[in-house]
Amino acid sequence: MNLAKLRPSAQILPVLASLGVLILLYAGGCVAFENFGSLRVLINLFGDNAFLGVAAVGATFVILSGGIDLSVGAVVAFTGVLIASLIGHGQPPLLAIGLALAFGAGFGALMGALIHLYALPPFLVTLGGMFLARGLSFMVHPESLSIDHPFYGEFISQTLSVPVSRRLAIPFTAFALLAVVLAGAALARWSRFGRNVLAIGSSESSARLMGVPIGSTKILVYTLGGFLSALGGVVATFYMQSGNPASFVGLELDAIAAAVIGGTLLRGGVGYIPGTLVGVLILGLIQTLVIFQGTLNSWWTRIAVGGLLFVFIVLQQLTARRRE
Amino acid sequence: MIVDLIVWPTLAALLWVNRRRPLLWPLLALALLLLFNRVFTPGFFVLEIRDGRLYGTLVDVLNQGSKVMLLALGMTLVIATGGVDLSVGATMAIAGAVMARLADVSVPVALGGGLGVALLAGAWNGLLVSAFRIQPIIATLILMVAGRGVAQLVTDGQIINFEQPALVYLGNGALLGLPFTLALVLGMFVLTALLVRRTALGLFIEAIGDNETAARFTGLPARPVKFLVYVFAGLCAGLAGLVAASNIKSADANHIGLYLELDAILTVVVGGTALTGGRFQLAGSLVGALLIQTLGTTLYARNVGADVATVPKAIVILAVCLLQSPVLRAKLAGLRRRPPAAATKEGTV
Repeated sequence: MNLAKLRPSAQILPVLASLGVLILLYAGGCVAFENFGSLRVLINLFGDNAFLGVAAVGATFVILSGGIDLSVGAVVAFTGVLIASLIGHGQPPLLAIGLALAFGAGFGALMGALIHLYALPPFLVTLGGMFLARGLSFMVHPESLSIDHPFYGEFISQTLSVPVSRRLAIPFTAFALLAVVLAGAALARWSRFGRNVLAIGSSESSARLMGVPIGSTKILVYTLGGFLSALGGVVATFYMQSGNPASFVGLELDAIAAAVIGGTLLRGGVGYIPGTLVGVLILGLIQTLVIFQGTLNSWWTRIAVGGLLFVFIVLQQLTARRRE
Repeated sequence: MIVDLIVWPTLAALLWVNRRRPLLWPLLALALLLLFNRVFTPGFFVLEIRDGRLYGTLVDVLNQGSKVMLLALGMTLVIATGGVDLSVGATMAIAGAVMARLADVSVPVALGGGLGVALLAGAWNGLLVSAFRIQPIIATLILMVAGRGVAQLVTDGQIINFEQPALVYLGNGALLGLPFTLALVLGMFVLTALLVRRTALGLFIEAIGDNETAARFTGLPARPVKFLVYVFAGLCAGLAGLVAASNIKSADANHIGLYLELDAILTVVVGGTALTGGRFQLAGSLVGALLIQTLGTTLYARNVGADVATVPKAIVILAVCLLQSPVLRAKLAGLRRRPPAAATKEGTV
């Protein structure tokens, strides 16, 4: 009884630690730089990293199931180019967005089906998916394509954003991020699907013996991953007002890093969707700090992220070993 | 025509020698791809000698493929232990950056510095995997994320050019009419093959990849072997990084080795080494690298843009995965033998 009460707190420790890091980084920024504490910085933190956050929630689900998705960045880029190209050819934006989302889900389902039905390593299948989606996006349009449509101009950036003051508004993308995180958290915590994903991630053979539907759950989790990558791509088009086939290279690494920093174990079975949001915000804060500092170069972002990854992975390893 | 007299009998002999070995499949694919080019791609088999040096598409394939071949040697051993090294691309960038930075000091210092830092990177991965017991894909992810930042730190975000003849020779020079990189690859291959097939090391590696716990209980030094394997992968990545920097006579921290870790892993798998570890095909990895490089060169020769060329590559990855899938093999074998349907269904889970 006592042990059962203790276990969740041991699991949630990494999330609390990363929350602590987030608060420390933010507080440090506020002390060091004059305008860091302003509402604008906070709002931009959510708005600018929304596409990464949405995609990272999908990546977290895949990791929770014990898999990995390397196709995230390429699918985000493909979605953007597809939407920009469809709108450029005179299609209504909502149709373009719908098609892109359907493509993402279908693409994910296809990868999931290959992984499950033929017992292939997720690493290689999603690597194939990454190359495929990246090549397809160059086939759709070989270079950056801006989106020129009233829906994108006025509707998204003005009508759907919530003004805070005369010169400041919370962009729609920030709400999209929060909505996806909340929905994802609920799905992981309270739905049968979420429990099945966690069970498979902890131990596939035990899950099978307990009667968890392995096949449909695994295919669904990659479908969800593909869908959320595509949704991340849609959010990115709101933010960038364009689609570029060469963009978002390596986004999958940021998504995986965000999940790990947010307390998700890469071997699957343990993790929290809100933790991933914390991870995304930490990545965003590091970037903001580097920009505010001014003299630091952009590569310090990568080194800092790598260092944080190291600390959190070792922390996970130590807590996991203590439990054993 | 002389080229034909050399290439085809060699391929035929290799195929015959390996007719009962796993190496047959990548070799066959390579032979078919070359045959396709012989028939449909004009100029693919043309070789000419200028200034005592061979030029031609086939030589380009060998020269361009050398980086992935070097990476594949180290990656094969890592994968054989059941691990994977995601950081080799970033390690290449660091090694190239250090070499370019030290180029003005002296050539031996530049080469030694580049290789030394690559060994350090490998040791870091090895330490995380063997001492901290972190899952390899995660342990090497750290350096993959941070490594390119470190390389940029070394070059101060600049592209550093160098002109030292010895450093330029490494990636562009010729030895006996053939690219020097080819000699480098062959040398490393022979060294690696001797190390793993003439000593017990290869057996240790396979035992650890098969079942690490069992290997440790039989008294194998599992952790030191794993550590060494990552150090070796680092060394191979360092060599590849030096070659890559030498190719363009500069260190570009952003682009050297970008995505090459994925190519290297793909190459190893194409060559017949399973990602689950436990057995490895060193020669298969070289053939796999040649296959991937020939595919790339074929597409380039047929005017398929480099951007779009990832699509056929993806198809190759998925096809190779499917061919190696135990499930598909069981199904195909089932088709041939026609056992009761229920038996195969049970086997798929």
